[in-house]
Parts: sequence; structure tokens; C-alpha cells
Amino acid sequence: MILKTLVVDAKELERRTGWGIKPEGACKGEVCVPLPTMTGTSQVDARVLAERLSMPLLHDEVYDVWCLGPEAGGRVLSGAVLPDIVLPDLEGNPFALRELRGQKVLLVAWASW
Amino acid sequence: MWQTLRSEWHPQGLEIVTIALDTAGAEAVRPWMEAAHPDHPSLIDQAHLLDELLGVVNVPNGVWIDEQGMIVRPPEPAYPRRPTSLRRLDPARQDLVEGELSPQQRRAREVRAEVRKIRIEPEAYIAALRDWVANGAASRYALVPDEVTRRSHARPPEVAEAAASFELGQYLQREGHTDAAVPWFRAAHRLQPDNWTYKRQAWTFVDPEQGPNEVYDGDWLSDVRTIGAENYYPPLDL
Repeated sequence: MILKTLVVDAKELERRTGWGIKPEGACKGEVCVPLPTMTGTSQVDARVLAERLSMPLLHDEVYDVWCLGPEAGGRVLSGAVLPDIVLPDLEGNPFALRELRGQKVLLVAWASW
Repeated sequence: MWQTLRSEWHPQGLEIVTIALDTAGAEAVRPWMEAAHPDHPSLIDQAHLLDELLGVVNVPNGVWIDEQGMIVRPPEPAYPRRPTSLRRLDPARQDLVEGELSPQQRRAREVRAEVRKIRIEPEAYIAALRDWVANGAASRYALVPDEVTRRSHARPPEVAEAAASFELGQYLQREGHTDAAVPWFRAAHRLQPDNWTYKRQAWTFVDPEQGPNEVYDGDWLSDVRTIGAENYYPPLDL
């Protein structure tokens, strides 16, 4: 996640990573990781997530922009549920893969290069 | 290439979604998409999020998702047919005498020679896909969740950091800070050397032919020769 500040919106975090912020902590599937008691449920400090969830937090000092990466450990797919992927079409219109629920889907990743 | 199969299988309940991993965005992929005239969703992933979210490391890769939104096959090589570039040619056939080749022509010939060694199995993949379309969860090619996660790409700390590095690099690239993007792309390459999308995407910003350059340590031909072209894709585990 590209961040202009170290404050992470909880809804965006959950949409992007699957980690939801609940009173008991950061939760994904059946796993919950306690967070500091002062942590709210709408915004979280990226440094807390980096430490507690083993997410890399990188900073480009020249352009003062951060990137919070995925949690390290285990495998890319911790479960078989398709992540909530939303990507634009050629015209920039967002398309959510969840719109295809009810059909079998073959997702093909390709590149012009 | 997939549109023909989509026409056959869509009435049977399959939809195809193509996703172009291209940091350069819509204008880079527009000619390709418009030439294909797809009826299916055709999306663009500038940040290569599919690498982070699904474990894609090369293209083309296919992921199967069932009607309930469950992944039943994680990323694996997916060709609908054998493209011309991967068909073996008579090695004795020479269009030009070796000594008449320019350096660019010689390199292009060397690239083609390696490309022809790349192993793909489109016939087996399409047969498996056809079986799944017809039989759904009863198909032996539809994997149970535990097997999907077992086959998923491992994510040790360096792979997680590679994803963050690449995302930061592509962000800076798209913002026009191309010099600033380079160290982040280089970091991604160093941290996850088996990720071809991170490497090839960055190389294209220096040389569309992904040849040797002074910006990055690798290039397509050298890196493929290092691992052996026959290992460019893992064998299909059907």
C-alpha cells in the first residue's frame, strides 16, 4: 500500500490485505494479532502494523512516500478465498472480480512486454 | 488468444478475465486489447498487485476461481495454444549467414533460440480447463483449499519486501520520477530473483528489448541462460 502518511485507513487495509481491525486486534481468517490498546478501529499506525504483522514498511526519503507491504511468513495464499481484487479496465472504470460470483472464472495474467 | 475459447465455454458458465501487468498502463496495452476485441473483462494491473495478492511471478499465468469465489488452482503457466515463437524450428534453417548479422540481429537470433527451448504444455492445460468447465468441483483438476494454499508461492520476509519495493518503484515511475524508481526496482529484483514480472517490467523502461543495459544487473537473455530456458516456467502439476 502506498502511503503519504503513516496513518492507514482500516477499511482500505482490510480491502487490500484481508486484515480487519477489530477490538481484539488485527484479524485475518481465524488469526487475530493484538494491537496496542490505544489503537482505534478506523485508522492504524503503519509502524504498528509493520511490527505486529511482520509487514515491510519502506520509505522513499526523497519523495517522502511510504509503502506497506504484505505480511511475511507462510504463503501468499493463506486461504483459498479470492482476495477482493478491483482493477480498472481500459477506460479507467474499476471492475471488481467479485462481480463474477456465480460463474467459473479463468483469470489470465499477461503482459505486452 | 483466449477469445475463441471464451466463445465456446461462456455458455457453459465460464468467464475469462484477462489482466495486463503493465506499469505503463492503458496506453501501453491498448493496441493489444483493441486487436483482441474481447467480450470478457480486460483489466490493467499497473502495480503488479497480482504478484502480491495471488503469487504470480511470470506471465502468462492462469488462476481458476469457482462460482463461490474460491480459488481452485493457484497461478501456473497458462497458454491456450503454442505460440509461433515457441515452436521449434529446423536448426539448420538460416535466413542469414552468421557473419552477416548485426549485433542486434545476432542477439535477436540468440533470444529466439532460447525462447524455443521454453517448455509449455498448452494441450494439457486446455484439456484440464475443459474438464473443469464441464465437471466443476467434480473435476480432478479442481483443487481443495488446503492443496491450493500448499501450492501457493512461499512468502518469506524477502519476498514480502520485494513486493513493497516493486510497488514503491512503480509508483515513482508512474509519477515521473524514473530515476528514483530504479533503486526500488533493483531491490525487488535482488529480493525475489525468481520474479520475472518485476524484472521484465523494469527492464522495459530502459530497453523495450530487455537487453543488457547499465541500469540493471540483468537482462532477459542472460537471466534465462542462468537458469536454463527449460526452467523459465515450472512444469504443470496437473
